[in-house]
Amino acid sequence: MTNAWTDIKNSDLVVVMGGNAAEAHPCGFKWVTEAKAHRGAKLIVVDPRYTRTASVADYYAPIRQGTDIAFLNGVIKYCIDNDKVQWEYTKNFTNAAYIVKDGFGYKDGLFTGYDETKRDYDRSSWDYVIGDDGFAVVDMTLQHPRCVWNLLKEHVSIYTPEMVERICGTPKDKFLKVAEMMAECSSPTKNMTSMYALGWTQHSSGSQNIRTMAMLQLILGNIGVRGGGMNALRGHSNIQGLTDIGLLSHLLPGYLNIPTEKEVDFPTYMSTRGFKPLRPGQTSYWQNYKKFFVSFQKAMWGAAATPENNFAYDYLPKLDVPAYDVLRIFEMMDEGKVNGYFCQGFNPVLAFPNRGKITRSLSKLKWLVTMDPLETETSHFWENHGDYNDVDTASIQTEVIQLPTTCFAEEEGSLTNSGRWIQWHWPAGSPPGEAQHDNWIMGQIFLRMRELYRKEGGAFPDPILNLSWDYANPQEPTAEELAKEINGRAITQLTDPTDPTKVQVEAGKLLVNFSQLRDDGSTSSGCWIYSGCWNEHGNNMARRDNHDPDDTGAYLNWTFAWPLNRRTLYNRASADMNGKPWDPARKIIEWDGSKWSGYDVPDIAPTAKPQDVGPFIMNQEGVSRLFARGLMRDGPFPAHYEPFETPIPNVLNPKIRGNPVARVFQNDVKQFGTADEFPYAATSYRLTEHFHYWTKHNPVNAALQPEFFVEISEELAKEKGIELGGWVRVWSKRGSIKAKAVVTKRIRPLMCDGKAVHVVGIPLHWGFMGAAKKGFGPNSLTPFVGDANIETPEYKAFLVNIEPTTAPVGV
Amino acid sequence: MMDSPRTAVSNPPIQPMDSNLGERDLIRRSATASLPKPERQLTPVAKLIDVSKCIGCKACQSACIEWNDTHPAVGENVGVYTNPHDLSENMFTLMRFTEWVNPETDNLEWLIRKDGCMHCSDPGCLKACPAPGAIVQYSNGIVDFVHENCIGCGYCVKGCPFNIPRISKTDRRAYKCTLCSDRVAVGQGPACAKACPTQAIVFGTKEDMKKHADERIADLKSRGYANAGLYDPPGVGGTHVMYVLHHNDKPHIYADLPDQPKISAVVQSWKGVTKYAGLAVMGLAAAGSILHGILGKPNRVTDEDEEGAEKLTSNPSATDPGADGHRPEERV
Repeated sequence: MTNAWTDIKNSDLVVVMGGNAAEAHPCGFKWVTEAKAHRGAKLIVVDPRYTRTASVADYYAPIRQGTDIAFLNGVIKYCIDNDKVQWEYTKNFTNAAYIVKDGFGYKDGLFTGYDETKRDYDRSSWDYVIGDDGFAVVDMTLQHPRCVWNLLKEHVSIYTPEMVERICGTPKDKFLKVAEMMAECSSPTKNMTSMYALGWTQHSSGSQNIRTMAMLQLILGNIGVRGGGMNALRGHSNIQGLTDIGLLSHLLPGYLNIPTEKEVDFPTYMSTRGFKPLRPGQTSYWQNYKKFFVSFQKAMWGAAATPENNFAYDYLPKLDVPAYDVLRIFEMMDEGKVNGYFCQGFNPVLAFPNRGKITRSLSKLKWLVTMDPLETETSHFWENHGDYNDVDTASIQTEVIQLPTTCFAEEEGSLTNSGRWIQWHWPAGSPPGEAQHDNWIMGQIFLRMRELYRKEGGAFPDPILNLSWDYANPQEPTAEELAKEINGRAITQLTDPTDPTKVQVEAGKLLVNFSQLRDDGSTSSGCWIYSGCWNEHGNNMARRDNHDPDDTGAYLNWTFAWPLNRRTLYNRASADMNGKPWDPARKIIEWDGSKWSGYDVPDIAPTAKPQDVGPFIMNQEGVSRLFARGLMRDGPFPAHYEPFETPIPNVLNPKIRGNPVARVFQNDVKQFGTADEFPYAATSYRLTEHFHYWTKHNPVNAALQPEFFVEISEELAKEKGIELGGWVRVWSKRGSIKAKAVVTKRIRPLMCDGKAVHVVGIPLHWGFMGAAKKGFGPNSLTPFVGDANIETPEYKAFLVNIEPTTAPVGV
Repeated sequence: MMDSPRTAVSNPPIQPMDSNLGERDLIRRSATASLPKPERQLTPVAKLIDVSKCIGCKACQSACIEWNDTHPAVGENVGVYTNPHDLSENMFTLMRFTEWVNPETDNLEWLIRKDGCMHCSDPGCLKACPAPGAIVQYSNGIVDFVHENCIGCGYCVKGCPFNIPRISKTDRRAYKCTLCSDRVAVGQGPACAKACPTQAIVFGTKEDMKKHADERIADLKSRGYANAGLYDPPGVGGTHVMYVLHHNDKPHIYADLPDQPKISAVVQSWKGVTKYAGLAVMGLAAAGSILHGILGKPNRVTDEDEEGAEKLTSNPSATDPGADGHRPEERV
C-alpha cells in the first residue's frame, strides 16, 4: 500500500478491481464502510463475478478476467479525451514532459527490440533523450511529439469504449459510467483509492495490470494524497513482511538485489547502482544503496565483513538465472535436478499451479521437510485419498519429515500489514505437543550444519562458519534479538561527518533509523527499510497509542510503519508546487517557507524546497513514471495481451498468444488448452468463510462453508443440464476435478467480440486434509505460466470444460 | 454502572462483575399468571442490523458459535452460500442470501440478511409457551429461553411470527438467540455485534439505535434507495432486533422476512383464555396440545388461523383439560 488501511476512510471513490476486499479482507473493508457512511464515498466494483463486495457497491460493472489493461487504458483515454487530467500534478510530478529516444516505438502489439527466440526485448531504446548536461531532456509544454504524454496519448488511442466492450465484455454504457466516476477524481479535491489484490497479480500481465491503474491514479493526481493511492491488499497477515525482509530468491532484505553471476565482484555489482539523478537537484535516494548493502553484510557476517574483502561480497550466492521462483524450482524438480526441499509455511500441493506436475515433482525428491502447524496436503502428498489424491503410494520413495511449528498466536514477533505497519505481538497461548518455534528449528538446523562444515570443510565453508550468530541462546534466537539486528547498530562510535566533535551514536548502540547508516562498515542493519523499528527509544512496533489528531487516519503512535514511520508514501505530492495542500481539508504535510511539516512524516527532505525537489524521491527523475523506461520487461507502456488460455483471440493482434515475454517452460506449452476443446473462462478466488487451506481444519469455518463448489451462470447450467447443488466435473488440459454446482445470477455470460463467454468460478479452500468435506482446488487445473516481471502464476484466467457428473469416490 | 450497555464495541472491564439481569427485571414469564412487578425499569436495548452495510462474511455466525459454544455439523453444499442450511440448536443466527433482480433497474442485488430472534416487544413465543418460566422477557426487552424449564413442546416455534426457535433433537429443548443476555448482563454487547467488521450490526439503547438508523436511511436515500427504512414491525409491538433495509416497502424479498408480522390470533386468544380462566399449569399444557394441530406450521397468520381462533375462543370445551390424552412434548 502507498497509504494505510485507516486512510481509506478519507476517500471519495473506492475502486475495487482486481480484488474482492469485502470477501478476502473483511476486517480491512471496514474502512470502506467508514468512507461510505461518513464521507458519502462511492464504491465501484469491476469483476467477472458479482461478489460480496459488489453487493455493497454503488456501481458494479462486469469484466472478463485478464482484460483489465484494456479497460484501464480505455479509462486513461477517456480522461485524456475529456480533459479530466490533474494537469499541474501530471506535468510536474510525472515524466509526461520527458522526451523519449527516437528508436522507441510500438507496432503490431510489440515494442521495439523484440526477440522471439529469447521471448525478450532489447530494451535499450526504451529511455529518455539525455542532454549535454547529462540530464533527461524535458518539454514542459508537452508539445514535443516524442514527449511521454504524446506517446501515451497515441498508445491508448485504440482503447475506445467500443474496443473495451469487444475485449472485456463490459457493456459500453457501464464502462462509460465507471470511466466518468473515476474521471471526476481528477479534481484536486476529489480522491480515488485503488484497492487490489491477487485479481491483478495472478496474471501473465500481472505487474502491468497494477501499473496501468497506477498511471491512471497519477494523471488524476491521486498518489501521495489522503484517500488516494495504490493499495495492494496483501493476502497473508505478514506477506508484506515476507517481501520486505527479502524472502524471494532474487532479493536481499529491503529490496536490495542478490548479485547475478555476471557481477563477479563488488565494484562490478555497484557499477550499475550509482543512481545518479536524471534531473538537477533530485534526491534519488537509492544513491545510498552502498550504505544499505554494506550494513546488511555487516549484520550477516560481522567482523568477517571487512573493507579488504569487499564486506564479504563473495559470501553471497550469485544467481545464474533471473530468479529461483516456485515455478522454476518445481520445473527443476520435475526434471530430477532437485534432491531435497524445505517447505516452511507453504502448501505447494494446493498452492502451486498444475497440481499433477507438483505431485509428480515431489515424488522425485529424496526428501521433503515440511514446517507447519497443520497437517498439510503437501506433507501427505504421498497418501492415497481416492479421487481426492489418487497417487500410487508404493511408488513414491520421497522421505517426508514433518516438523510441527507454532502458529502466530503462540509466538512473539512482528507482523507487517498491507499498510507497512510493523506490529509487534505477544503469544496468547503455549504451543501444543511437540510444536516448536520456527526460530528454534532454524537454530537447530544451522548449528548442526555449521558443525558439519567445521568438521568436514567443503568447497566454501566460510559463509556458514563466519555467519554472525551472537545470540544469548544460540539454540533459539529471540524475536527481540532479531528485531534489534534488523534495526541496526553502530559498530564503532559514529560522529557527525560535518563536525567530528559531535557524537551521533555510541558504539554498540542501536541506530535511530537508516539515515545513520554508513558504507564504511561502521554500521550494521539487517533490513534497512525497517531501521527505526527498535531503537534506543525501545520497541516502536509495540506502541499502541491510537491518538489521531484531527482524525486524519495517520495514527503515528500506533506501532511503526516503514520507512521512518511514514504512513503515506510520496506524501509530498499531496501539496502543489508551492507546497500548499491540493485539498486543504485533507492536508498531510505543508511547506511553511522553510520546512515541511504536518500530520505525517514528510516523504521529502524536511528543508527541500517544493519548487526544486520532486516528490518521488526514490526515482532518479524525482517524478513518477508514466513511461517505465526499461524497468518493466514487457513494455514501458501497458498493452493488452490475452491470458495464455483465452476464450477469444487477441482482437488487437490475433497472432500474439499471451504476454510475449512471460516465461513459459517448453515442457508446459503442450499442456496449454484452446477454446475449441475448453470453451469456458475459469477463474479462482477466496471466500470469506475460509483463509487459504488453513481454516478448513477448523470445525467452525468448515461448518460455515463446508464443501467445495464451482459457480456458474444460470445460462451455462441450462445449456449443460447442470442442477443447483448437483455434481459437476470440471477439467482443463492439465487435470480434472469434481465439485458441487452453485448456479447463480451473480455470474452472467459476457459478450466478447461477438461471442458469449461463460465464466466458471472456482474457489480455492478445499483439499483432502482437515475438518471440512474433502475436495479439490483450482490448482489441479491452472496453467504453469508466470507473470512477465515477477513470475506470479496465472491463476486468474484459464480455460476449462464442464459437465454434470456423479459424486467422487473418497477415502 | 449503566443499567444497559450502550455499544458492542467496548472491551470488558478488568474487574469481575455481578450479573445485572435477574428475576427482579422480568416483565413477562411464560405461563405465569402472577409475576411480581419489577423493581426497576431497565433502558430498552436493541441490536440494529444494517443490511446495506452487511458483507455477508458470517463473522456474526462464527462469534455466535464461539460465544455460545455450539457445534454445528459440517454439512454439505446444496448450491447456495447459506450455511448451515437453517437455524438450529447449534446455530442461533444465519446469514440468508437472496439473489434479487430489481425490476426497476434490472440490476442484480445480492440481499444478505442476518436471520435470528427479533426479540419482539410482544413475544409470540412467550405467549404460546405453556411451560412456566421457560421463556422470559426482561424490562430491557430481551426475550430469553430458560432451558431447565423448557418442556420441548415446540409451541414457541409455532408462536413465533418469524419462525426462529428450534427444538434440539438431542435434549428436546428450544433454542434461539439470547441477544447475548449473559454478556449484556455484564455490560457487554452481543458477540455478533462485537465481531462484525463493518459495524453492520450495532448495539445500544433502542432509542440510540433508532437515531443511528435515521442517519443510515438518509444515506441510503441519497444513494437512490427511495424506500429505505427501519424494520421495527408494530404488529409485534416493535422489536429489539431491527433492520435497516434498502427496500423497506417489501421486506419479503429478504429471504421471506414477514411484511407485517403479528402474533397469530390463535396464540393471542390462547393467552387470553389462560388469563381469563386462570387454569392450572398442567391443564394449560394439555390444552396446548389441542392447539398444536392448528399450529402445525411456522407461524404465518392465515385466514384459516383466524377462523380457527374464532372457533376456539367461542367454544369453551376446547380448553377442557384432558380432552387429549397425550403429553404435549410427545407430539412435537
